[in-house]
Amino acid sequence: MSAPLLAVEDLTVTFATARGPIEAVRGVSFSVAPGERVGVAGRSGSGKTVSALSITGLLAPTARVSGTMRFAGGDAGGPRSRERRALRGRHIGMIFQDPLSSLNPTLTVGAQIAEPLRAHMHLSRAAARSQAVDLLGQVGLPDANRNVDEYPHRFSGGMRQRAMIAMALACEPTLVIADEPTTALDVTIQAQILELLVEQCEQRDTALLLITHDLGVLAGVAQRIVVMHEGRIVEEAAVDDLFRRPGHPYTAAMLADLALPRRTQADGGRRTPPLLEVTDLTKAFPIVRGEAVRRTVGAVRALDGVSLTVEEGRTLGIVGESGCGKSTLARCILRLVEPSSGGVSFAGRDVLDCDRRELRALRREMQMVFQDPFGSLDPRMTVQQILAEPLQIHGVARSRRARFKRVAELLAMVGLEPEHAARHPRAFSGGQRQRIGIARALATEPALLVLDEPVSSLDVTTRAQILALLEDLQARLGLSYVFVAHDLSLVRSISHRVAVMYLGRIVEIAGRDELFEHPEHPYTQALLSAVPVPDPVRERRRRRIALRGEVQAATVTARGCRFAPRCPRAQPRCTAEDPALLPTRADDHRAACFFPGPAAIHEEVA
Amino acid sequence: MAATSELAAEAERLAPAALAGPAGLGRQLVADRTALAGLVIVTVVLVGALAAPALAPHDPDVQDVLHRLQPPSAKHLLGTDQLGRDELSRILHGARVSVFTALAVGLAILLVGLVVGMLSGLAGGLVDGLIMRLVDVLLAFPSLLLALAVVGTLGPGLLHLALAMTAVWWVDYARLVRGLVLAVKERPFVEATRAQGAGGLRIAARHVLPNIASPVIVLATLQTARLLLALAALSFLGLGVGPPTAEWGSMLNDGKDFLADAPQLMLWPGLAITITALGLNLLGDGLRDVLDPNLR
Repeated sequence: MSAPLLAVEDLTVTFATARGPIEAVRGVSFSVAPGERVGVAGRSGSGKTVSALSITGLLAPTARVSGTMRFAGGDAGGPRSRERRALRGRHIGMIFQDPLSSLNPTLTVGAQIAEPLRAHMHLSRAAARSQAVDLLGQVGLPDANRNVDEYPHRFSGGMRQRAMIAMALACEPTLVIADEPTTALDVTIQAQILELLVEQCEQRDTALLLITHDLGVLAGVAQRIVVMHEGRIVEEAAVDDLFRRPGHPYTAAMLADLALPRRTQADGGRRTPPLLEVTDLTKAFPIVRGEAVRRTVGAVRALDGVSLTVEEGRTLGIVGESGCGKSTLARCILRLVEPSSGGVSFAGRDVLDCDRRELRALRREMQMVFQDPFGSLDPRMTVQQILAEPLQIHGVARSRRARFKRVAELLAMVGLEPEHAARHPRAFSGGQRQRIGIARALATEPALLVLDEPVSSLDVTTRAQILALLEDLQARLGLSYVFVAHDLSLVRSISHRVAVMYLGRIVEIAGRDELFEHPEHPYTQALLSAVPVPDPVRERRRRRIALRGEVQAATVTARGCRFAPRCPRAQPRCTAEDPALLPTRADDHRAACFFPGPAAIHEEVA
Repeated sequence: MAATSELAAEAERLAPAALAGPAGLGRQLVADRTALAGLVIVTVVLVGALAAPALAPHDPDVQDVLHRLQPPSAKHLLGTDQLGRDELSRILHGARVSVFTALAVGLAILLVGLVVGMLSGLAGGLVDGLIMRLVDVLLAFPSLLLALAVVGTLGPGLLHLALAMTAVWWVDYARLVRGLVLAVKERPFVEATRAQGAGGLRIAARHVLPNIASPVIVLATLQTARLLLALAALSFLGLGVGPPTAEWGSMLNDGKDFLADAPQLMLWPGLAITITALGLNLLGDGLRDVLDPNLR
């Protein structure tokens, strides 16, 4: 290795808190060579983000930092010194996780990209603006000339992250630090952004320090990986070696979490009677314009003719990018959102025809687990109160004593202790809170659980644990699941059947293994090809199906296949006619495409 | 996403336990110097008012014209008024009228505002629209003037004054409560409760109300201080209690004719009003800090 661009020696970061000092980083040393791409991996709380922030000197004032740092051969000064500040933005670019809150909503995107250019490169206003347009073009933002004057809230998540990258690259830094840059994004957008990062860094010979909790992301990006655990580096290796022969048990455990076991048996010939039947479900949200006089100018079809069945004791996975209507579907099934038309039948009863009292009774049997384990539990209640509430609503355990007993049972069922009942939700971690959410849903012994992204906000390890719990509960209690997720690997792990949604429609539905091994719809194929594979060799060799652009809203007036504008196979017919969901390879493998079939070689050009 | 929620959890865990229940709240109020000062003042005033019959050295209404307009002395610690009544006793008894009326009206407007605001926020649609337009109208009207008009029609008197103030002052609560309800209503745990099969009443009482309580409690203390001042002002104008009842606003009014000879007659009730209002305000600010650490 040549002289390192960045060398960190014996970095220790301590936070002073009300409960005494907490050591977030303990004696970490690592280096990055010029133009090298280094990944820092670790679970949440491992100190990876704190290490990165201390490099840029952006830590909170409560942090005590010790250790030395050299950058491009020179002493980079103390963490809050002027030398360090001069590096930031000029020589070190930063990309943050959440592109919405890291962009200033009151400034145009162009102005924010121009800011470092004017501050560090002393460009004139006009020159900075034209440079900003150039940069936005380079990061693949369509119509850069117009978008440069837009405000961040008009951008989608992927566009915002592109703008962040443009900002980080603006002053031609020699090192870019990206902190979980794709964690908040859909898998197809994640693939685009990662590719862009690698491409831009290679072109400019910029070094990249990529921080993530997902080793899979690093396989195709990083050349060297540093694994952190509890504030220390536990392993450092070239990417191929690390994936092939993880040297530390912790790394091995992280890799094992990625390969979610397929405990659930695939849909064999066994048929069970359908528990839930959804037919031709439609939900249109009106678009209202005007302040004083409000009028409806159109409608967004969040759901557009969705039909599906869920059998007893089985799991139907529903997968799609954000905005595809999967959450609306979950809520329409439970009538938390009133569908516009269509039918939902549960155990032979018409859900949409129920009056208020019947609906309440029905909700005892169909329950929901929510995405946000932090928001979906009332912070003012104790766990006992939270879990007892459904019992009180449905008059299940009438005495106080019976409720206490049932709550203890429920806690045991989800792997928590009875003494947890007295605590408030804030005392629990994300995974534990989600267990409480699951226990609450199970309180009234339902037959069906609708799970809306139940593990999306959890880290990889916790994710695997919760999935295992769900599978275990299904086996023990004979539950049926509707499992909604944007992550294909999650759906693959737990589902018997899988439906792929795009803009309010099911574009493909099949048995789990059938769908993953023989995807027929080009959108399913694109989704599958976007999932990072935790194997650097395969990841480098793999060709991705490039999806143009991002999901757009489906207005009622739109004609033809919804996917056609982004589809590599689109023909004139696709924009004129609606493809129906028809059987393809087998009777129960259906796809809504005029040209189904395996992905052709010519499409697989990334 | 994982890291964001992790941070949120951490922030919540490190935040002073605003939700720690009454015991924790008390401890923090004592630890907060502003709040402690407010708490002490308000407690002293309340104890003084409650124990006035026992604490007052004289009957507040007994006249002694021979010893009128006396300066403070050992017999009359704060002196006597124009009819020779003991000023200290009148201040203490006056607290019963002034402070308790402010508290009663404060409670009344709190209840009205809370019910109307929650109804507006939870029902939405037409109900919300109608209520909020009424609130807009009442807010656009100077409330003191409106109270004057009501008392003018019904005739002076403490009860009429209290009714008049209740009729116009609830709007602040209604507005605040509606806004808070709208925010809480969108939080995921409300939808989660709905998915349990809970009805609107349970959600309102068990989930929405506890989650909007802190800002409402803070407003209540600040409003009580404002009410105290407004009541004193209206009484000063002669719209409140009539003689001989001791009340701080009317005592001010009585004293104004003797400002040159016995300025203490205005000083004592004025100080009583100011200190009580200050105490309530300090307590309100302290409560805000303790209940809502984000505002600090």
